[in-house]
Amino acid sequence: MKTIDEINEKIKQGKALVVTAEEIIDLVKEKGVKKATQEVDVVTTGTFGPMCSSGAYFNIGHSKPRIKLGGGRTYLNDVLAYPGLAAVDLFLGANALPDDDPRNRVHPGEFNYGGGNVIEELVAGKDIRLTATAYGTDCYPRKKLETWINIKDLNEVVLFNIRNAYQNYNVAVNLSDKTIYTYMGVLKPHLGNANYCSAGQLSPLQNDPHYKTIGIGTKIFLGGGVGYVAWQGTQHNPNVLRSENGVPKRGAGTLAVIGDLKQMSPKWLVGTSMFGYGCTITVGVGVPIPILSEEILRYTAVTDDDIWAPIVDYSDAYPNQKPDILGEVSYAQLKSGSIAVQGKKVPTGSLSSYLRAVEIANILKEWILSGQFLLTEPVALLPGVESGVTFKPLKERPLET
Amino acid sequence: MAISKRIVLHFPRRLVEQPVIYRLVKDYNLEFNILKASITAEPEEEGLMVLELKGEQEEYDNGINFLLKTGVKIQSLSQDFTRNEERCTHCGACITICPPGAFELDPETRQVKFVDEKCVACGLCIKACPPRAMEVHF
Repeated sequence: MKTIDEINEKIKQGKALVVTAEEIIDLVKEKGVKKATQEVDVVTTGTFGPMCSSGAYFNIGHSKPRIKLGGGRTYLNDVLAYPGLAAVDLFLGANALPDDDPRNRVHPGEFNYGGGNVIEELVAGKDIRLTATAYGTDCYPRKKLETWINIKDLNEVVLFNIRNAYQNYNVAVNLSDKTIYTYMGVLKPHLGNANYCSAGQLSPLQNDPHYKTIGIGTKIFLGGGVGYVAWQGTQHNPNVLRSENGVPKRGAGTLAVIGDLKQMSPKWLVGTSMFGYGCTITVGVGVPIPILSEEILRYTAVTDDDIWAPIVDYSDAYPNQKPDILGEVSYAQLKSGSIAVQGKKVPTGSLSSYLRAVEIANILKEWILSGQFLLTEPVALLPGVESGVTFKPLKERPLET
Repeated sequence: MAISKRIVLHFPRRLVEQPVIYRLVKDYNLEFNILKASITAEPEEEGLMVLELKGEQEEYDNGINFLLKTGVKIQSLSQDFTRNEERCTHCGACITICPPGAFELDPETRQVKFVDEKCVACGLCIKACPPRAMEVHF
Protein backbone atom coordinates (compact mmCIF):
# COMPACT_ATOMS: atom_id res chain seq x y z
CA MET A 1 0.00 0.00 0.00
CA LYS A 2 1.26 3.43 -0.99
CA THR A 3 -0.16 6.86 -0.23
CA ILE A 4 -0.53 9.83 -2.57
CA ASP A 5 1.92 11.76 -0.34
CA GLU A 6 4.54 9.04 -0.81
CA ILE A 7 3.99 9.05 -4.57
CA ASN A 8 4.32 12.87 -4.67
CA GLU A 9 7.57 12.62 -2.73
CA LYS A 10 8.91 10.22 -5.37
CA ILE A 11 7.72 12.55 -8.15
CA LYS A 12 9.60 15.46 -6.53
CA GLN A 13 12.74 13.36 -6.27
CA GLY A 14 12.40 12.27 -9.90
CA LYS A 15 12.09 8.65 -8.80
CA ALA A 16 8.47 7.93 -9.68
CA LEU A 17 7.64 5.28 -12.27
CA VAL A 18 4.82 6.56 -14.47
CA VAL A 19 3.29 4.58 -17.34
CA THR A 20 0.25 5.06 -19.55
CA ALA A 21 -2.90 2.94 -19.29
CA GLU A 22 -1.75 1.27 -22.51
CA GLU A 23 1.79 0.53 -21.32
CA ILE A 24 0.57 -0.90 -18.00
CA ILE A 25 -1.16 -3.77 -19.84
CA ASP A 26 2.06 -5.40 -21.05
CA LEU A 27 3.91 -4.48 -17.89
CA VAL A 28 1.40 -6.40 -15.75
CA LYS A 29 1.51 -9.36 -18.15
CA GLU A 30 5.27 -9.39 -17.85
CA LYS A 31 5.76 -8.77 -14.13
CA GLY A 32 2.51 -9.80 -12.53
CA VAL A 33 0.17 -7.69 -10.39
CA LYS A 34 2.23 -7.83 -7.19
CA LYS A 35 5.54 -6.72 -8.63
CA ALA A 36 3.93 -4.13 -10.92
CA THR A 37 2.10 -2.61 -7.94
CA GLN A 38 5.37 -2.25 -6.05
CA GLU A 39 7.12 -0.65 -9.01
CA VAL A 40 4.52 1.56 -10.70
CA ASP A 41 3.44 4.79 -9.00
CA VAL A 42 1.08 6.39 -11.49
CA VAL A 43 -0.90 5.26 -14.53
CA THR A 44 -1.98 8.02 -16.89
CA THR A 45 -5.18 7.89 -18.94
CA GLY A 46 -6.53 10.03 -21.78
CA THR A 47 -9.53 10.62 -23.98
CA PHE A 48 -10.25 13.01 -26.85
CA GLY A 49 -13.75 13.05 -28.26
CA PRO A 50 -16.78 15.27 -28.84
CA MET A 51 -18.11 16.09 -25.37
CA CYS A 52 -21.40 17.88 -24.99
CA SER A 53 -22.27 19.59 -21.71
CA SER A 54 -19.09 21.61 -22.10
CA GLY A 55 -18.90 25.37 -21.77
CA ALA A 56 -17.01 28.31 -20.39
CA TYR A 57 -17.86 31.16 -18.08
CA PHE A 58 -16.08 34.46 -17.98
CA ASN A 59 -16.12 37.95 -16.59
CA ILE A 60 -15.62 40.60 -19.28
CA GLY A 61 -15.01 43.53 -16.91
CA HIS A 62 -17.20 46.60 -16.53
CA SER A 63 -17.71 49.11 -19.34
CA LYS A 64 -17.91 52.84 -18.82
CA PRO A 65 -20.73 53.71 -18.34
CA ARG A 66 -21.74 50.38 -16.87
CA ILE A 67 -24.11 47.85 -18.46
CA LYS A 68 -26.00 45.01 -16.80
CA LEU A 69 -26.14 42.13 -19.28
CA GLY A 70 -28.24 39.94 -16.97
CA GLY A 71 -31.82 39.97 -18.26
CA GLY A 72 -30.64 41.19 -21.66
CA ARG A 73 -29.24 39.32 -24.64
CA THR A 74 -25.57 38.74 -25.39
CA TYR A 75 -23.85 37.27 -28.43
CA LEU A 76 -20.28 36.19 -29.07
CA ASN A 77 -19.54 36.03 -32.81
CA ASP A 78 -23.35 35.96 -33.15
CA VAL A 79 -23.59 32.84 -30.95
CA LEU A 80 -25.98 33.23 -28.03
CA ALA A 81 -24.24 33.39 -24.64
CA TYR A 82 -26.11 33.26 -21.34
CA PRO A 83 -25.87 36.52 -19.34
CA GLY A 84 -28.49 35.74 -16.69
CA LEU A 85 -26.02 35.47 -13.81
CA ALA A 86 -25.13 39.09 -13.05
CA ALA A 87 -23.92 42.25 -14.83
CA VAL A 88 -20.86 41.09 -16.78
CA ASP A 89 -20.55 37.34 -16.15
CA LEU A 90 -21.38 35.17 -19.15
CA PHE A 91 -21.75 31.46 -19.71
CA LEU A 92 -21.20 30.11 -23.20
CA GLY A 93 -22.34 26.56 -23.96
CA ALA A 94 -20.73 24.40 -26.64
CA ASN A 95 -24.09 23.64 -28.27
CA ALA A 96 -25.18 27.30 -28.60
CA LEU A 97 -25.92 28.57 -32.13
CA PRO A 98 -26.33 31.93 -33.85
CA ASP A 99 -29.99 33.03 -33.99
CA ASP A 100 -29.84 33.04 -37.80
CA ASP A 101 -28.39 29.55 -38.18
CA PRO A 102 -31.01 27.66 -40.24
CA ARG A 103 -30.64 24.62 -37.95
CA ASN A 104 -32.50 21.66 -39.46
CA ARG A 105 -34.99 23.77 -41.41
CA VAL A 106 -33.41 22.21 -44.48
CA HIS A 107 -32.50 18.80 -43.14
CA PRO A 108 -29.73 17.88 -42.49
CA GLY A 109 -28.38 21.22 -41.29
CA GLU A 110 -24.66 21.84 -41.52
CA PHE A 111 -24.04 23.45 -38.11
CA ASN A 112 -20.72 24.90 -39.15
CA TYR A 113 -20.30 27.36 -36.28
CA GLY A 114 -21.46 27.34 -32.68
CA GLY A 115 -20.41 27.76 -29.07
CA GLY A 116 -17.68 25.12 -29.34
CA ASN A 117 -16.09 27.04 -32.20
CA VAL A 118 -16.22 30.30 -30.21
CA ILE A 119 -14.44 28.57 -27.30
CA GLU A 120 -11.80 27.23 -29.70
CA GLU A 121 -11.21 30.70 -31.19
CA LEU A 122 -11.19 32.33 -27.76
CA VAL A 123 -8.54 29.91 -26.47
CA ALA A 124 -6.57 30.42 -29.72
CA GLY A 125 -6.28 34.11 -28.80
CA LYS A 126 -8.52 35.39 -31.60
CA ASP A 127 -10.62 38.51 -31.12
CA ILE A 128 -14.29 37.71 -30.51
CA ARG A 129 -17.12 40.10 -31.42
CA LEU A 130 -19.41 40.79 -28.45
CA THR A 131 -22.80 42.37 -29.11
CA ALA A 132 -25.31 42.89 -26.32
CA THR A 133 -28.50 44.66 -25.45
CA ALA A 134 -29.73 45.34 -21.92
CA TYR A 135 -32.67 47.12 -20.29
CA GLY A 136 -30.74 49.76 -18.33
CA THR A 137 -30.95 50.70 -14.65
CA ASP A 138 -29.97 53.73 -12.60
CA CYS A 139 -26.68 52.09 -11.62
CA TYR A 140 -26.15 50.30 -14.98
CA PRO A 141 -27.55 52.86 -17.48
CA ARG A 142 -26.12 51.50 -20.73
CA LYS A 143 -28.44 49.57 -23.04
CA LYS A 144 -26.16 48.57 -25.88
CA LEU A 145 -22.62 47.22 -26.12
CA GLU A 146 -20.63 46.28 -29.21
CA THR A 147 -16.94 45.50 -28.83
CA TRP A 148 -14.13 43.11 -29.62
CA ILE A 149 -12.99 41.02 -26.69
CA ASN A 150 -9.86 38.92 -26.31
CA ILE A 151 -9.09 36.20 -23.77
CA LYS A 152 -5.97 38.04 -22.57
CA ASP A 153 -8.02 41.10 -21.53
CA LEU A 154 -10.82 39.25 -19.75
CA ASN A 155 -10.84 38.62 -16.03
CA GLU A 156 -11.66 35.02 -15.17
CA VAL A 157 -12.07 32.71 -18.19
CA VAL A 158 -12.96 29.26 -16.95
CA LEU A 159 -13.77 26.10 -18.85
CA PHE A 160 -16.50 24.37 -16.88
CA ASN A 161 -17.80 21.16 -18.44
CA ILE A 162 -20.61 19.69 -16.42
CA ARG A 163 -20.49 16.27 -18.08
CA ASN A 164 -17.34 14.93 -19.74
CA ALA A 165 -15.40 11.69 -20.03
CA TYR A 166 -18.34 9.26 -20.08
CA GLN A 167 -17.14 6.01 -18.58
CA ASN A 168 -18.54 4.00 -21.49
CA TYR A 169 -20.86 4.67 -24.38
CA ASN A 170 -23.34 3.25 -26.87
CA VAL A 171 -22.35 1.88 -30.25
CA ALA A 172 -24.77 3.60 -32.64
CA VAL A 173 -26.35 1.89 -35.65
CA ASN A 174 -29.33 2.55 -37.90
CA LEU A 175 -31.90 -0.20 -38.62
CA SER A 176 -34.19 2.04 -40.67
CA ASP A 177 -34.19 2.40 -44.45
CA LYS A 178 -32.93 5.97 -44.60
CA THR A 179 -29.74 7.73 -43.55
CA ILE A 180 -29.99 9.40 -40.15
CA TYR A 181 -27.93 12.29 -38.80
CA THR A 182 -27.17 11.96 -35.11
CA TYR A 183 -24.80 13.13 -32.40
CA MET A 184 -23.09 9.78 -33.05
CA GLY A 185 -22.41 10.84 -36.63
CA VAL A 186 -24.02 9.99 -39.96
CA LEU A 187 -25.56 6.52 -39.73
CA LYS A 188 -26.28 4.74 -42.97
CA PRO A 189 -29.48 2.69 -43.39
CA HIS A 190 -29.81 -1.07 -42.87
CA LEU A 191 -26.83 -1.29 -40.52
CA GLY A 192 -24.57 0.48 -43.02
CA ASN A 193 -22.10 1.48 -40.32
CA ALA A 194 -21.59 1.48 -36.55
CA ASN A 195 -20.10 4.45 -34.68
CA TYR A 196 -18.57 4.34 -31.21
CA CYS A 197 -17.06 6.99 -29.00
CA SER A 198 -14.63 5.98 -26.26
CA ALA A 199 -10.91 5.62 -25.76
CA GLY A 200 -11.66 2.18 -24.28
CA GLN A 201 -8.65 0.89 -22.36
CA LEU A 202 -7.19 4.42 -22.14
CA SER A 203 -10.38 6.11 -20.97
CA PRO A 204 -10.09 7.66 -17.47
CA LEU A 205 -13.10 6.12 -15.72
CA GLN A 206 -12.60 2.72 -17.39
CA ASN A 207 -9.32 2.52 -15.49
CA ASP A 208 -10.93 3.34 -12.16
CA PRO A 209 -14.32 1.70 -12.60
CA HIS A 210 -15.43 2.06 -8.98
CA TYR A 211 -14.11 5.63 -8.53
CA LYS A 212 -11.56 4.57 -5.89
CA THR A 213 -9.06 7.33 -6.73
CA ILE A 214 -10.79 9.82 -9.03
CA GLY A 215 -12.85 12.22 -6.96
CA ILE A 216 -13.63 15.85 -6.35
CA GLY A 217 -10.40 17.82 -6.47
CA THR A 218 -8.45 15.35 -8.60
CA LYS A 219 -5.95 17.32 -10.68
CA ILE A 220 -6.14 16.43 -14.38
CA PHE A 221 -5.08 17.28 -17.94
CA LEU A 222 -7.89 19.42 -19.38
CA GLY A 223 -7.87 21.00 -22.81
CA GLY A 224 -4.08 21.07 -22.94
CA GLY A 225 -3.74 22.70 -19.51
CA VAL A 226 -4.28 21.76 -15.90
CA GLY A 227 -7.81 21.31 -14.58
CA TYR A 228 -9.64 19.62 -11.75
CA VAL A 229 -12.54 17.28 -11.26
CA ALA A 230 -15.23 19.56 -9.80
CA TRP A 231 -17.99 17.05 -9.13
CA GLN A 232 -19.55 13.96 -10.63
CA GLY A 233 -20.85 14.86 -14.08
CA THR A 234 -24.54 15.17 -14.82
CA GLN A 235 -26.22 11.83 -15.62
CA HIS A 236 -23.55 10.09 -13.47
CA ASN A 237 -24.96 6.61 -13.12
CA PRO A 238 -22.84 4.11 -11.20
CA ASN A 239 -25.66 1.57 -11.00
CA VAL A 240 -25.49 0.04 -14.45
CA LEU A 241 -24.75 -3.47 -15.61
CA ARG A 242 -21.08 -4.28 -14.96
CA SER A 243 -18.75 -7.07 -16.05
CA GLU A 244 -17.12 -9.32 -13.45
CA ASN A 245 -14.06 -7.05 -13.57
CA GLY A 246 -16.22 -4.16 -12.36
CA VAL A 247 -16.14 -2.37 -15.70
CA PRO A 248 -19.52 -0.91 -16.68
CA LYS A 249 -21.15 -2.33 -19.80
CA ARG A 250 -23.27 0.81 -20.26
CA GLY A 251 -22.75 4.60 -20.04
CA ALA A 252 -22.24 4.82 -16.23
CA GLY A 253 -20.01 7.43 -14.57
CA THR A 254 -19.21 10.94 -15.80
CA LEU A 255 -17.04 13.84 -14.63
CA ALA A 256 -17.68 17.56 -14.21
CA VAL A 257 -14.35 19.26 -14.86
CA ILE A 258 -13.06 22.79 -14.46
CA GLY A 259 -9.93 24.73 -15.33
CA ASP A 260 -8.46 28.09 -16.35
CA LEU A 261 -9.05 28.44 -20.09
CA LYS A 262 -6.18 30.91 -20.39
CA GLN A 263 -3.61 28.11 -20.07
CA MET A 264 -5.36 25.70 -22.43
CA SER A 265 -4.80 25.17 -26.15
CA PRO A 266 -6.98 25.02 -29.30
CA LYS A 267 -5.31 21.73 -30.18
CA TRP A 268 -7.20 20.13 -27.30
CA LEU A 269 -10.47 22.10 -27.54
CA VAL A 270 -11.74 21.73 -31.07
CA GLY A 271 -15.05 23.22 -32.24
CA THR A 272 -17.05 20.35 -33.67
CA SER A 273 -20.00 20.09 -36.07
CA MET A 274 -22.27 17.08 -36.12
CA PHE A 275 -24.07 17.12 -39.48
CA GLY A 276 -27.83 17.34 -38.97
CA TYR A 277 -27.44 17.43 -35.19
CA GLY A 278 -25.64 20.54 -33.98
CA CYS A 279 -22.44 22.05 -32.69
CA THR A 280 -20.32 20.79 -29.84
CA ILE A 281 -16.67 20.67 -28.82
CA THR A 282 -14.03 17.95 -28.83
CA VAL A 283 -12.26 17.99 -25.47
CA GLY A 284 -9.02 16.43 -24.29
CA VAL A 285 -9.15 14.97 -20.77
CA GLY A 286 -6.43 12.96 -19.02
CA VAL A 287 -6.55 11.69 -15.46
CA PRO A 288 -3.62 10.28 -13.47
CA ILE A 289 -4.36 7.24 -11.35
CA PRO A 290 -2.15 6.72 -8.30
CA ILE A 291 -1.31 3.05 -7.80
CA LEU A 292 -2.23 2.77 -4.13
CA SER A 293 -2.99 -0.94 -4.06
CA GLU A 294 -3.01 -4.15 -6.08
CA GLU A 295 -6.75 -3.71 -6.61
CA ILE A 296 -6.27 -0.29 -8.21
CA LEU A 297 -3.44 -1.55 -10.38
CA ARG A 298 -5.56 -4.46 -11.58
CA TYR A 299 -8.24 -2.00 -12.69
CA THR A 300 -5.74 0.03 -14.73
CA ALA A 301 -4.56 -3.08 -16.59
CA VAL A 302 -7.99 -3.40 -18.25
CA THR A 303 -7.79 -4.07 -22.00
CA ASP A 304 -10.10 -3.39 -24.93
CA ASP A 305 -11.02 -7.08 -24.82
CA ASP A 306 -12.52 -6.63 -21.36
CA ILE A 307 -14.62 -3.53 -22.02
CA TRP A 308 -18.06 -4.09 -23.53
CA ALA A 309 -20.50 -1.62 -25.05
CA PRO A 310 -24.14 -1.97 -26.07
CA ILE A 311 -25.22 -1.69 -29.73
CA VAL A 312 -28.18 0.67 -29.95
CA ASP A 313 -30.47 1.49 -32.88
CA TYR A 314 -30.55 5.27 -33.23
CA SER A 315 -33.48 5.22 -35.66
CA ASP A 316 -35.91 3.94 -33.04
CA ALA A 317 -34.66 2.57 -29.70
CA TYR A 318 -32.61 5.65 -28.81
CA PRO A 319 -35.03 8.45 -29.80
CA ASN A 320 -38.00 6.65 -28.29
CA GLN A 321 -36.26 5.68 -25.05
CA LYS A 322 -36.70 1.96 -25.62
CA PRO A 323 -34.34 -0.18 -23.56
CA ASP A 324 -33.68 -2.70 -26.38
CA ILE A 325 -30.12 -3.33 -27.43
CA LEU A 326 -28.89 -5.33 -30.41
CA GLY A 327 -26.06 -6.98 -28.53
CA GLU A 328 -22.76 -6.16 -26.89
CA VAL A 329 -19.31 -5.80 -28.44
CA SER A 330 -15.87 -5.28 -26.98
CA TYR A 331 -13.71 -2.30 -27.88
CA ALA A 332 -11.21 -4.75 -29.35
CA GLN A 333 -13.90 -5.85 -31.79
CA LEU A 334 -14.89 -2.25 -32.52
CA LYS A 335 -11.28 -1.29 -33.22
CA SER A 336 -10.82 -4.24 -35.60
CA GLY A 337 -12.80 -2.28 -38.21
CA SER A 338 -16.03 -4.25 -38.24
CA ILE A 339 -18.50 -5.95 -35.93
CA ALA A 340 -21.30 -8.46 -36.45
CA VAL A 341 -24.83 -7.18 -35.85
CA GLN A 342 -27.86 -9.38 -36.59
CA GLY A 343 -25.58 -11.62 -38.64
CA LYS A 344 -24.34 -8.76 -40.81
CA LYS A 345 -20.76 -7.50 -40.98
CA VAL A 346 -20.93 -3.79 -40.15
CA PRO A 347 -17.94 -1.45 -40.61
CA THR A 348 -17.07 0.62 -37.53
CA GLY A 349 -16.02 4.24 -37.20
CA SER A 350 -14.98 6.18 -34.12
CA LEU A 351 -15.80 9.70 -33.02
CA SER A 352 -13.16 9.63 -30.30
CA SER A 353 -9.52 9.83 -31.41
CA TYR A 354 -7.46 7.02 -29.92
CA LEU A 355 -4.30 8.53 -31.43
CA ARG A 356 -4.86 11.75 -29.51
CA ALA A 357 -5.89 9.86 -26.35
CA VAL A 358 -2.47 8.17 -26.38
CA GLU A 359 -0.85 11.58 -26.87
CA ILE A 360 -2.70 12.98 -23.83
CA ALA A 361 -1.69 10.05 -21.63
CA ASN A 362 1.91 10.59 -22.72
CA ILE A 363 1.83 14.36 -22.12
CA LEU A 364 0.44 13.81 -18.63
CA LYS A 365 3.13 11.21 -18.02
CA GLU A 366 5.82 13.72 -19.10
CA TRP A 367 4.36 16.41 -16.82
CA ILE A 368 4.51 14.05 -13.85
CA LEU A 369 8.00 12.77 -14.66
CA SER A 370 9.29 16.34 -14.96
CA GLY A 371 8.09 17.05 -11.41
CA GLN A 372 5.80 19.92 -12.44
CA PHE A 373 2.56 17.98 -11.91
CA LEU A 374 1.87 16.53 -8.47
CA LEU A 375 -1.12 14.35 -7.67
CA THR A 376 -3.93 15.56 -5.45
CA GLU A 377 -5.89 13.69 -2.81
CA PRO A 378 -9.61 13.89 -3.68
CA VAL A 379 -11.56 15.85 -1.05
CA ALA A 380 -14.57 13.58 -1.62
CA LEU A 381 -15.13 10.53 -3.78
CA LEU A 382 -17.72 10.29 -6.53
CA PRO A 383 -20.94 8.40 -5.80
CA GLY A 384 -20.33 4.69 -6.38
CA VAL A 385 -22.61 1.69 -6.65
CA GLU A 386 -23.34 1.83 -2.91
CA SER A 387 -24.72 5.40 -3.19
CA GLY A 388 -27.86 4.18 -4.93
CA VAL A 389 -27.54 7.07 -7.39
CA THR A 390 -29.24 6.34 -10.71
CA PHE A 391 -30.03 8.26 -13.89
CA LYS A 392 -33.76 8.90 -13.94
CA PRO A 393 -35.83 9.70 -17.02
CA LEU A 394 -38.03 12.79 -17.02
CA LYS A 395 -41.31 12.29 -15.23
CA GLU A 396 -43.70 14.29 -17.39
CA ARG A 397 -46.81 15.70 -15.76
CA PRO A 398 -49.37 17.49 -17.93
CA LEU A 399 -49.86 21.17 -17.07
CA GLU A 400 -53.58 20.96 -17.67
CA THR A 401 -55.81 17.96 -17.04
CA MET B 1 1.78 1.31 -70.72
CA ALA B 2 -1.85 1.82 -69.69
CA ILE B 3 -2.55 4.44 -67.06
CA SER B 4 -5.59 5.69 -65.19
CA LYS B 5 -5.88 9.08 -63.52
CA ARG B 6 -8.54 11.11 -61.79
CA ILE B 7 -8.62 14.68 -63.03
CA VAL B 8 -10.73 17.79 -62.63
CA LEU B 9 -11.60 19.73 -65.80
CA HIS B 10 -12.70 23.35 -65.80
CA PHE B 11 -14.50 24.29 -69.04
CA PRO B 12 -14.68 27.97 -69.91
CA ARG B 13 -18.14 29.15 -70.86
CA ARG B 14 -17.46 29.11 -74.62
CA LEU B 15 -16.67 25.37 -74.51
CA VAL B 16 -19.71 24.26 -72.58
CA GLU B 17 -21.58 23.36 -75.76
CA GLN B 18 -18.66 21.60 -77.48
CA PRO B 19 -18.43 17.77 -77.47
CA VAL B 20 -14.93 17.82 -76.00
CA ILE B 21 -15.06 14.51 -74.15
CA TYR B 22 -16.31 12.77 -77.29
CA ARG B 23 -13.03 13.71 -79.02
CA LEU B 24 -11.06 12.04 -76.21
CA VAL B 25 -12.75 8.76 -77.09
CA LYS B 26 -12.79 9.15 -80.86
CA ASP B 27 -9.35 10.62 -81.50
CA TYR B 28 -7.30 9.46 -78.53
CA ASN B 29 -8.87 6.10 -77.75
CA LEU B 30 -9.34 7.01 -74.07
CA GLU B 31 -11.83 5.45 -71.72
CA PHE B 32 -13.62 7.81 -69.33
CA ASN B 33 -15.81 7.54 -66.29
CA ILE B 34 -17.60 10.71 -65.18
CA LEU B 35 -17.46 11.02 -61.39
CA LYS B 36 -19.03 14.44 -61.17
CA ALA B 37 -20.28 17.11 -63.57
CA SER B 38 -21.78 20.49 -62.86
CA ILE B 39 -22.06 24.09 -63.99
CA THR B 40 -20.77 26.49 -61.41
CA ALA B 41 -21.72 30.10 -60.79
CA GLU B 42 -18.79 30.92 -58.52
CA PRO B 43 -16.11 32.18 -58.92
CA GLU B 44 -17.32 32.40 -62.53
CA GLU B 45 -19.74 30.54 -64.70
CA GLU B 46 -17.98 27.46 -66.05
CA GLY B 47 -18.37 23.75 -66.51
CA LEU B 48 -16.74 21.45 -64.02
CA MET B 49 -16.15 17.78 -64.57
CA VAL B 50 -14.38 15.16 -62.51
CA LEU B 51 -13.21 12.32 -64.73
CA GLU B 52 -11.40 9.09 -64.40
CA LEU B 53 -9.40 8.82 -67.62
CA LYS B 54 -7.82 5.57 -68.77
CA GLY B 55 -5.62 4.74 -71.76
CA GLU B 56 -2.12 4.19 -73.12
CA GLN B 57 0.39 6.70 -71.74
CA GLU B 58 1.13 8.26 -75.13
CA GLU B 59 -2.53 8.61 -76.09
CA TYR B 60 -3.33 9.89 -72.62
CA ASP B 61 -0.67 12.60 -72.91
CA ASN B 62 -1.91 13.56 -76.39
CA GLY B 63 -5.48 13.71 -75.09
CA ILE B 64 -4.47 15.98 -72.24
CA ASN B 65 -2.60 18.21 -74.68
CA PHE B 66 -5.71 18.42 -76.83
CA LEU B 67 -7.77 19.45 -73.79
CA LEU B 68 -5.27 22.12 -72.82
CA LYS B 69 -5.24 23.51 -76.38
CA THR B 70 -9.01 23.88 -76.39
CA GLY B 71 -8.69 26.00 -73.26
CA VAL B 72 -9.80 23.48 -70.65
CA LYS B 73 -7.96 23.88 -67.36
CA ILE B 74 -6.86 20.60 -65.75
CA GLN B 75 -5.99 19.76 -62.17
CA SER B 76 -5.38 16.40 -60.62
CA LEU B 77 -8.16 15.48 -58.22
CA SER B 78 -5.83 15.20 -55.26
CA GLN B 79 -5.19 18.95 -55.48
CA ASP B 80 -8.90 19.60 -55.06
CA PHE B 81 -9.77 17.45 -52.06
CA THR B 82 -7.35 18.04 -49.27
CA ARG B 83 -7.26 17.46 -45.55
CA ASN B 84 -6.41 20.30 -43.19
CA GLU B 85 -3.87 18.42 -41.09
CA GLU B 86 -4.13 20.93 -38.25
CA ARG B 87 -7.85 20.33 -37.84
CA CYS B 88 -7.92 16.56 -38.36
CA THR B 89 -8.11 14.77 -35.01
CA HIS B 90 -7.78 11.27 -36.52
CA CYS B 91 -11.06 10.21 -34.91
CA GLY B 92 -12.20 8.09 -37.86
CA ALA B 93 -15.75 9.37 -38.37
CA CYS B 94 -14.98 9.62 -42.12
CA ILE B 95 -13.94 6.01 -42.61
CA THR B 96 -17.34 4.38 -42.98
CA ILE B 97 -18.85 7.40 -44.74
CA CYS B 98 -16.50 7.45 -47.75
CA PRO B 99 -17.96 5.28 -50.59
CA PRO B 100 -14.64 4.33 -52.24
CA GLY B 101 -12.87 3.87 -48.87
CA ALA B 102 -10.34 6.68 -49.28
CA PHE B 103 -9.81 6.91 -45.53
CA GLU B 104 -7.82 4.12 -43.97
CA LEU B 105 -7.09 3.49 -40.33
CA ASP B 106 -3.57 2.32 -39.59
CA PRO B 107 -4.17 -0.36 -36.95
CA GLU B 108 -0.72 0.20 -35.43
CA THR B 109 -0.55 3.98 -35.07
CA ARG B 110 -4.37 4.54 -35.06
CA GLN B 111 -3.75 7.31 -37.58
CA VAL B 112 -6.39 7.93 -40.25
CA LYS B 113 -4.77 8.17 -43.68
CA PHE B 114 -6.40 10.01 -46.58
CA VAL B 115 -5.57 8.10 -49.76
CA ASP B 116 -6.41 10.80 -52.29
CA GLU B 117 -5.96 8.53 -55.33
CA LYS B 118 -9.09 6.70 -54.20
CA CYS B 119 -11.16 9.90 -53.80
CA VAL B 120 -14.07 10.26 -56.25
CA ALA B 121 -14.92 13.82 -55.18
CA CYS B 122 -18.41 12.96 -53.93
CA GLY B 123 -17.97 15.38 -51.04
CA LEU B 124 -19.70 13.22 -48.41
CA CYS B 125 -16.75 13.58 -46.05
CA ILE B 126 -16.90 17.39 -46.00
CA LYS B 127 -19.94 17.59 -43.75
CA ALA B 128 -19.52 14.24 -42.03
CA CYS B 129 -16.15 15.35 -40.59
CA PRO B 130 -16.82 16.60 -37.04
CA PRO B 131 -13.91 19.10 -36.88
CA ARG B 132 -14.51 20.07 -40.55
CA ALA B 133 -10.99 19.10 -41.62
CA MET B 134 -11.81 18.08 -45.21
CA GLU B 135 -11.64 20.86 -47.76
CA VAL B 136 -12.63 21.13 -51.39
CA HIS B 137 -11.00 23.63 -53.77
CA PHE B 138 -12.74 23.28 -57.12
